[in-house]
Amino acid sequence: MNRKLRNALFAATAVVAATSVAGGAVAFCGFYVAKADTKLFNKASKVAIMRDGERTVITMANDYKGDLKEFAIVVPVPVVLEEGQIHVTDSAILDHLDAYTAPRLVEYFDEDPCRQYRYNEMAMAAPAAESITVTARKRGVDSLGVTIEAEYTVGEYDIQILSAKESGGLAEFLKQNGYKLPDGAEETLASYIRQNIKFFVAKVNLEEQAATGLKYLRPLQVAFEDKRFMLPIRLGTVNADGKQELFAFMLTRKGRVETVNYRTVKLPSDMDVPLYVKDNFGTFYKAMFERSVEREGERAVFLEYAWDMSWCDPCAADPLSDEELKELGVYWIGDTSQPGQRIAPGNPARDVFVTRLHVSYDAEHFPEDLMFKETGDRSNFQGRYVLRHPYKGDAQCDAADAYRASLPERYEGEAQTLARLTGWEIDKIRERMAKGGQSFETPKKDSWWKRLWGNDSKDG
Amino acid sequence: MLRTFTPPQLSDARYFQIAGQAAILAIGLLLREFEITPIQIGAVLATCFAVQWLGSTLNAMRFDWRSPLITTLSLSLLLRSDGVWPLMLAAMIAIGSKFAIRLYGKHIFNPANAGIVAMLLFTDAAWTTTGQWGTALWFAIFIAIAGSVVTWRAARLDVPLIFLGAYAALVFGRALYLGDPLSIPLLRLENGALILFAFFMISDPKTTPDGAIGRAVFAIAAAALAFVLQFNFFIADGLFYALFALTLVRPLIDWLNPGSRYEWGTPPAPVRLALPSGAPAHSRPAPAE
Repeated sequence: MNRKLRNALFAATAVVAATSVAGGAVAFCGFYVAKADTKLFNKASKVAIMRDGERTVITMANDYKGDLKEFAIVVPVPVVLEEGQIHVTDSAILDHLDAYTAPRLVEYFDEDPCRQYRYNEMAMAAPAAESITVTARKRGVDSLGVTIEAEYTVGEYDIQILSAKESGGLAEFLKQNGYKLPDGAEETLASYIRQNIKFFVAKVNLEEQAATGLKYLRPLQVAFEDKRFMLPIRLGTVNADGKQELFAFMLTRKGRVETVNYRTVKLPSDMDVPLYVKDNFGTFYKAMFERSVEREGERAVFLEYAWDMSWCDPCAADPLSDEELKELGVYWIGDTSQPGQRIAPGNPARDVFVTRLHVSYDAEHFPEDLMFKETGDRSNFQGRYVLRHPYKGDAQCDAADAYRASLPERYEGEAQTLARLTGWEIDKIRERMAKGGQSFETPKKDSWWKRLWGNDSKDG
Repeated sequence: MLRTFTPPQLSDARYFQIAGQAAILAIGLLLREFEITPIQIGAVLATCFAVQWLGSTLNAMRFDWRSPLITTLSLSLLLRSDGVWPLMLAAMIAIGSKFAIRLYGKHIFNPANAGIVAMLLFTDAAWTTTGQWGTALWFAIFIAIAGSVVTWRAARLDVPLIFLGAYAALVFGRALYLGDPLSIPLLRLENGALILFAFFMISDPKTTPDGAIGRAVFAIAAAALAFVLQFNFFIADGLFYALFALTLVRPLIDWLNPGSRYEWGTPPAPVRLALPSGAPAHSRPAPAE
């Protein structure tokens, strides 16, 4: 997209944002293919983390689908939270961030080789989450070395902040209150207790939830200051069978975020793929991701997007509005008094960098919680895959012949790329490409004199 | 009859270090997707050499190409940046500190470490990506082997071994205290950057204490400080800060436990292996200048 068009897009976006509530993707730069099936991955969670110095805001998506009475979560938090530090927000914001940073498929249409572009884009959003839940009933009295540090009702949730002296007591307390703790969770709890970490326990307040009029549970947010920059995943792996997926969106001021205790690897990107991937983008992405995970010994965290939020190219969704970013914890939005501002296209006061990390984890390969670190790296990266539609017209010139002759080689390259990325059989790929209009046969060259009289039916 | 075997005398341990670090860098670029470009490496190289030349001239010393090359490799292995100038600045600070910050004729800071710490503390333009080295055991072992050869040649094998031993004891102790699975500390110890740091940076014979006891204290204190910075204060770059702090204290350690100062080219003690039938023992040539 050239600069003028991009600026026009932003101008238009600003207008739309000003006049409508955030959420709901409106396409400007061409049209979207409908987002790929959100249930691509089983057991996936979405988390957004704002981090600036020691200030942290964590937003946890909640895709629990069962009986609301039965829902509860246990989240380790480093400090006892005040009521004002807990908040419930709209899931549309996380979905928007997800769509904005999702790996994207871009299509180009080859121009007439005898002469001289159009541009479409579509995006695939990350799959929705299914949170790890623990069933709950009523609250109990503490006598097991468990202290209920605080109790609040925020939004549709009843929240308790617990601290415990030892894990047996905490486990007993949770069991007494109807929480079904999986085996092995006690050791993990013990580790957290010894690190002086508290437990944020939330379950649904049915009256408040009914009052919201919503059929789903909204994301929970916590804000605090702590030197730890981490995401606790160990409790989630305790009883999980198979791998779980996590999408973490980091919003920072300085630059890209990476893990300290695991390898962060960039997703393979910027590659040409066969045309039939257009209708199978979700399947392609999943296969490619799984293969990448295997290649890294199942021990890596994948970087799928790292970009300054004041611009995007191509934009897979509208940029997030200032209100949405503030909701996610970006408290410095709109603050023009900051020193060392970066000049960037778009809103100059928007000094936000977003990192999207995707990890497929289990207890064996990821025994330690994810520990992060913010670097000053502001270079851009996105998962981008390119479709190149061949020119199908009836161009008649030498350049067109050369062009058509080069196509089978190009298709072969795309097929090899796809095979390498996904591990699919190359023969099957070629077959499907041929069915999709990408033939591997070298075209028959028309003799030069045929071009002279074309389809003229008059014979001499 | 027993034969005493002394390894070939390449007079200067730095040749081994250059070879080892270059190999590790090559592996990193080819197999671990290190994100440093040839232009950046070239810029660092040029800056290191330029500052070394300037420093040598100003101090009427002979120009030495081996140390700035090693500093170039160390910076290329550990420091990352979007642009070129932050790495050049790190190189300037690194080599500059070697000439500018001295006590009793010995420079205080390991040059690459000084450059890295200065950039980490004062700007966001450069950073380390120690996590990127991953925990592939083969890589860690390769680095350890290469590093052992280098440090043994420089008669400093005790430093990385004591450092890693102390650090391992601390992370395993922490895991046992917390009741964590032991795979957690094991994962931390398999990190390639930690092994590189132990064998190629902290073991620098020019910035470690001269006496054996002093070196042991130095290594243990560095491990303890690094551990505290990383696991109590959650400073990911704790390794580098710990070394920086310890090298600052090193003159004191030397004063308390003096030993003979290390010169490049001093061969290590000969290894005595019992081998069947004899050739005469090799003689040890005098240390190079």
